[in-house]
Amino acid sequence: MAKNEKIQRQPMPEQAPLVRKNNFNEVPEGYTDEMAIQEAKRCMQCKKPACVEGCPVGVDIPGFIKHVSNGDFTKAISKLWEKNSLPAVCGRVCPQENQCEGKCILGKKGEPVAIGNLERFVADYERKKQLATRPAKAEPTGKKVAVVGSGPAGLTVAGDLVIKGHDVTIYEAFHKPGGVLVYGIPEFRLPKEIVFSEVAGLEEMGVKVQLNTVVGRIVTIDELFEQGFDAIFIAVGAGLPTFLNISGENLIGILSANEYLTRTNLMKAYLFPEYDTPIVQGRKVITIGAGNVAMDAARTALRLGAEQSTIVYRRSREEVPARQAEVHHAEQEGVEFHFLTGPTKFLGSDKGRVIGMEGLKMELGEPDASGRRRPVPIKNSEFELECDLAIIAVGAGANPLLTQSTDGLTLNKWGYITADPETGKTSKKGVWAGGDIVTGSATVILAMGAGRQAADSIHKYLTWGW
Amino acid sequence: MFKIINREEMAEGTVILNEIEAPLIAEKARPGQFVILKANETGERIPLTMADTNTEKGTITIIYMVVGKSTALFKTLKVGDAYQDVIGPLGKPTHLEKLGDVICVGGGTGIAVLHPIARGLKQVGNHVTAIIGSRNKDLLILEDKMKAASHELHVCTDDGSYGHKGFVTDILKKILTEKKDQIKLVVGIGPVPMMKFVSLVTKEFNVKTLVSLNPIMIDGTGMCGGCRVSVGGKNKFACVDGPEFDGHKVDFDELSSRLQAYMEDERQCYDNFCKVQD
Repeated sequence: MAKNEKIQRQPMPEQAPLVRKNNFNEVPEGYTDEMAIQEAKRCMQCKKPACVEGCPVGVDIPGFIKHVSNGDFTKAISKLWEKNSLPAVCGRVCPQENQCEGKCILGKKGEPVAIGNLERFVADYERKKQLATRPAKAEPTGKKVAVVGSGPAGLTVAGDLVIKGHDVTIYEAFHKPGGVLVYGIPEFRLPKEIVFSEVAGLEEMGVKVQLNTVVGRIVTIDELFEQGFDAIFIAVGAGLPTFLNISGENLIGILSANEYLTRTNLMKAYLFPEYDTPIVQGRKVITIGAGNVAMDAARTALRLGAEQSTIVYRRSREEVPARQAEVHHAEQEGVEFHFLTGPTKFLGSDKGRVIGMEGLKMELGEPDASGRRRPVPIKNSEFELECDLAIIAVGAGANPLLTQSTDGLTLNKWGYITADPETGKTSKKGVWAGGDIVTGSATVILAMGAGRQAADSIHKYLTWGW
Repeated sequence: MFKIINREEMAEGTVILNEIEAPLIAEKARPGQFVILKANETGERIPLTMADTNTEKGTITIIYMVVGKSTALFKTLKVGDAYQDVIGPLGKPTHLEKLGDVICVGGGTGIAVLHPIARGLKQVGNHVTAIIGSRNKDLLILEDKMKAASHELHVCTDDGSYGHKGFVTDILKKILTEKKDQIKLVVGIGPVPMMKFVSLVTKEFNVKTLVSLNPIMIDGTGMCGGCRVSVGGKNKFACVDGPEFDGHKVDFDELSSRLQAYMEDERQCYDNFCKVQD
């Protein structure tokens, strides 16, 4: 047995569940220098590293880990920055278990190297110490690129292209940059200060960020070309909440997860009344759906004072789409799970507020189009669940605001933009797209991977033509 | 930052006009569209339909009633101060076309939203009859502007201190009875109960009616669904599908109820703010 297999994977220190469920501080506390070095020593430094194949942006994982094991954290961040402009974010929210860590050779017999924890450590170290220099920029090319949306895909494209000497402007509809990293993912999973610091890093490199700019309303894609942009990358996210379309859904106290999380995260309703935006503070909260967004909502509800926070999901535990780590965190904090349960209607008070949900028990039938077994309602299994806040977290659709105002963009039947999976090129000349507006709701790192491919393709176009 | 270059107090200081520097928005905005404003770092995002735009000066005008913390905070902004964030233009513009005889009905600060629409309808060649109302004479706004934007203006006050004593719907009903088949469109903008009763009256006469809704909203781009309203039994988002809808199809009772969602929080926030101001 090799020496490094004997070192145990360093556990991530975390706030205790009963403490953290009452605050918005980040749950994991991060590795110490010693823990990081210990963990880095576990890496086998494989000649053909499988972990790199598992990374959508192709980070040189053994390379940066080598520097960590030598205690040279500044060299480690430089290595990360070569391929990833948002390491502090990725170290926190990537589903490493399905990507780099899922491929780690150590994982075959025991626990894989904690690549995500190490990435996060290195990025946090640099944020505190500010010792590294950003990668050198190429000579200005004189080409202008507009990036629509400042979420993970947009930030990646901006970072990649500014290094190559292009003049990049990001347009963001909200008053803060970061897209889903800021309005969607809660503070306790991804502190907003980290996102703003990554954006500030891009601005230092010369990326311009125009906030409060809804492309499609104040300016169209064609007008951006008229203003002199040579290429445009569209990464506006999915951004259309799905509702259940059942009776009573417009009662007060029933919110889309988008609204619930945007109020809390972007508008800081958890600091009401210091911040002016209010939020429905449920005592008994139901969240419908079991993806990562549902876990975020159910855990946010606890932090806003819920006595009971329950996930209602129509399939069984096996089909839960959220990351296991998120489900685990939610369970530790006391979120309850009602599996095989489908809502049929909401019940309201005479004041128009939600007071409960009526549902049916389900059993699993034959597999459906998604390959998962289809939930089938069981007859006469009606039941009621009391609630004063219900959060609908059953996914998102394609927001049509931008696509409807742009001629020449081919969309698929669900309204998502059709883009070449290799390059991100759309049907419109000079326009690329990536992230959730192409794939539908997916992960931060997949959006970043799409951004990386598009940035390469945009750079080729600006150098050689369409 | 979006600087205030002109400020007026109307209706005994309960209604405020701000002319704000926002050249890009002014260039693009059309009657019926709205902006979202946020005064400072801790502020709420407040949607307000634009009362006017000036492309030469590069300004937009908003007129709002002081009803809670956020609008009270807006009121403290003086000429030279700035809103931290202004986002727009949002929503669909009013469809302005020549139809013939139209009636524009406005109540309270809804008159400010109605004014550019009435003016637009007049400009494209309609005969515009305007009916505006308020609780009393001192609270009435924009009478002169509405006079200029219409061919015929009727004023109502609830207490009879000016013009007709009673509701805008009284005059509306009278005109519809007299000119029944001549009226091609009614636009009603004001408090929800007013829009509800305007729509009920015009339904009797089967005259197409547009109302402009202002539900609780966060992003204004169709992302949160907070502004959903039932129109003809279907969910519509006021921010992207509206803000104007067919008044005969809107579920006004549901809208009224949903507007109460944060009443207690808003009161707490407003009281705190007033204490600090004192």
